[in-house]
Amino acid sequence: MLHFLLKKLIFTAITLWVASMVIFALLEIVPGDPAQLMLGINASADAVAALREQMGLDLPLPIRYGAWVGGLLQGDFGVSYTYSVPVSELIGERLWVSLPLALLALALSTVIAIPVGLYSASRRGTRTDTGIMAFTQLGIAIPNFWFALLMVYLFAIWLQWVPAGGFPGWDQGLFKGLKSLILPAIALALPQAAILSRVTRSALLDVMGEDYIRTARAKGLTARAVLWQHALRNALIPVLTILGLQFAFLLAGTIIIENVFYLPGLGRLIFQAISQRDLIVVESVVILLVATVIFINLLVDLTYALVDPRLRQGTGRNAS
Amino acid sequence: MKILTTLAKTTALAAALTMSASFVAINAWAAKTDVTLGMVLEPPHLDPTAGAAAAIDEVVYANIFEGLTRIGSKGEVLPALAESWTVSDDGKVYTFKLHTGVKFHDGSDFDANDVKFSLDRARGEKSTNAQKALFKGIASVDVVDPATVKITLSAPAGNFTFNLGWGDAVIVAPESADSNKTNPVGTGPFKFSKWAKGSSIEMVKSDNYWGKPVALSKATLRFIPDPAAAVSAMLAGDVDGFANFPAPESIPQLKADPRFKVVIGSTEGETILSINNKKAPWTDIKVRQAVAHAIDRQAIIDGAMFGLGTPIGTHFAPHHPAYKADLINTYPYDLDKAKALLAEAGFPNGFKAVIKLPPPSYARRGGEIVAAQLRKIGIELEIVPVEWAQWLDQVFKKKDFDLTIVSHTEPQDINIYARKDYYFQYSSDTFNKIMTDLNLATDQAARYKLMGDAQTLITKEAVNGYMFELAKAGVWNAKLKGMWENAPVQATDLTGVSWAE
Repeated sequence: MLHFLLKKLIFTAITLWVASMVIFALLEIVPGDPAQLMLGINASADAVAALREQMGLDLPLPIRYGAWVGGLLQGDFGVSYTYSVPVSELIGERLWVSLPLALLALALSTVIAIPVGLYSASRRGTRTDTGIMAFTQLGIAIPNFWFALLMVYLFAIWLQWVPAGGFPGWDQGLFKGLKSLILPAIALALPQAAILSRVTRSALLDVMGEDYIRTARAKGLTARAVLWQHALRNALIPVLTILGLQFAFLLAGTIIIENVFYLPGLGRLIFQAISQRDLIVVESVVILLVATVIFINLLVDLTYALVDPRLRQGTGRNAS
Repeated sequence: MKILTTLAKTTALAAALTMSASFVAINAWAAKTDVTLGMVLEPPHLDPTAGAAAAIDEVVYANIFEGLTRIGSKGEVLPALAESWTVSDDGKVYTFKLHTGVKFHDGSDFDANDVKFSLDRARGEKSTNAQKALFKGIASVDVVDPATVKITLSAPAGNFTFNLGWGDAVIVAPESADSNKTNPVGTGPFKFSKWAKGSSIEMVKSDNYWGKPVALSKATLRFIPDPAAAVSAMLAGDVDGFANFPAPESIPQLKADPRFKVVIGSTEGETILSINNKKAPWTDIKVRQAVAHAIDRQAIIDGAMFGLGTPIGTHFAPHHPAYKADLINTYPYDLDKAKALLAEAGFPNGFKAVIKLPPPSYARRGGEIVAAQLRKIGIELEIVPVEWAQWLDQVFKKKDFDLTIVSHTEPQDINIYARKDYYFQYSSDTFNKIMTDLNLATDQAARYKLMGDAQTLITKEAVNGYMFELAKAGVWNAKLKGMWENAPVQATDLTGVSWAE
């Protein structure tokens, strides 16, 4: 286990280092001068030059890369060009929206998907199963922003139960905050739930074909008992993998939904920062997301060990 | 059991809280004094003296920060921190009498030293003022006494008091100037209270305002970038209005709703088909004239802006008294004439060119219509959509383009045609002479005549394709009074806004 962890950590460090170089290089190639962008098309050349100097954009590339990575290593994400506040502060504010939203969506998707997958697998081949699978196909196919707009029309404009968008801040109370997050969470959860229920179903069906299931059935267990006691646990590994990927996606890939509901989340922060060429914010947020994805994968790997006793005992898969 | 009682207590408490909260809500309704307005773009920061983003002025102008003068809703110059002023006979020395007893929001006093500091900072070597050119003509700023300041210009400038009314010329205090980006401290009737980044900005009534106090106790500006979301926010009652509504396609729907008032006003945004005047074949005036003849302005306004916008024949705002309306007939829509001109220029079969389009819908949608119109006379346009950052780099800086569409939103900005190396690369000694004369002229009639001459010249030379003036579609609660109908400067001036009884 220790060996396994150590190896993972070294890989993590290398991945992060490579990622930092790629991110930095990419953003340098992208055209656009942040100083010119801030001062607009009427600005005089010397004002732009003065701002470039103030932002440190006139320094050579390796020095700027060094300063950025050096700062990161000390936990300093730098100061935003446009907002003039520390990037860590910006990320912190946004996480208060993005993290609860991602968790809420993930919880919703899991709560819907696992029972649906289980039910569908246990009714394999029946009309119910086909019906559910057709429904999940629809869930994957429907663009979530369109679904979101429909929900806004119904729940915000017509029924006026929830606001059409925006986020009041948690200081306005838990209930108000949740009210603003519920529609976006459903919109995000729906396609994820559709995918997850299909994965759950097919993982279960795979497992159900294994020898030990037949043995369990042969020793007289009911189909239901076999499903719950033997199949589900073994089918959890692919389900966990998908869950891990989904969480990373929900944290970083919600730009469209954040736009529809004008939520101040991480996705919008990146989007705004890219269009304003706030390079330092883009670099730091992206590297943070890379680190998060790697960390979640690591966590998923570790939970495999919880689910699979072979991994816990230090034999089997982790030796490879 | 214990859990149960705790639960019961919490529920009771929550119920009590909800009830008292709704009481507060009812009382607040009786005399509503707060307003929530939607805005499309979030400002990058809140210092109008260090950025060009229109969103900065849309938050702070006249509300939080004030200048010596200010621009009113019709584009007129009004006194602000300067109570009055006199101009010397040679037009070079302006003496401003300042209001006394004015305080900044942090409690410090405002006086002539703050004026000197602000103007010297804006024109200084280290200045990052986006409109530094506004202050170029200032030779010196002298403090006569705490309530009098004397500004000496190197040459007379007829529109100097107008320039001082720009958001970029507001007066800031030396103690707070460096932190205005995140915590703006001005002299205005509102003071900054909170900025939830990505979400909203809040300002509250300033209690020690020197002038007429505002009716509102609080104003919140919420950022709603998506046009569809803007419609939903209006319909759901999340916001009280938009000074600039971003979804023209939904205007008829909102107009039909008695809860809302829709006001279509004008702006300072001349939306033009910019032409690279130094790149062949655009160097040939016949080619540019052909383009001018081939543009159907109304079709572009209808197709790209859902009918909102005023056709223009030159680079000047139609609401300005010096606007020459008849110039629109200089090159009427006439495809035969356009084809003939192209043939004379040596392109009987037309040619291929590139049009680069920045993100706003006037450009993206408008560009497609322009491309279809120019195809009729044989000019095949390749459409290249670009982001603003790319546009600034490729079009504005490197001049690597044939055509582009952009709205020039600075007030009275015809002087850009006299700029050396400006992106559409026009250069004319005649035009430069008119601008020099305009700067020296202080008599209104003479100034208007010169402005007219300038308009006529650029139209005759078909420097750019003049399309339309951007409209300002304001949508707000029918009970809200005092919102600006037009936008002579980019501002959401809330000083006169109140709720009807």
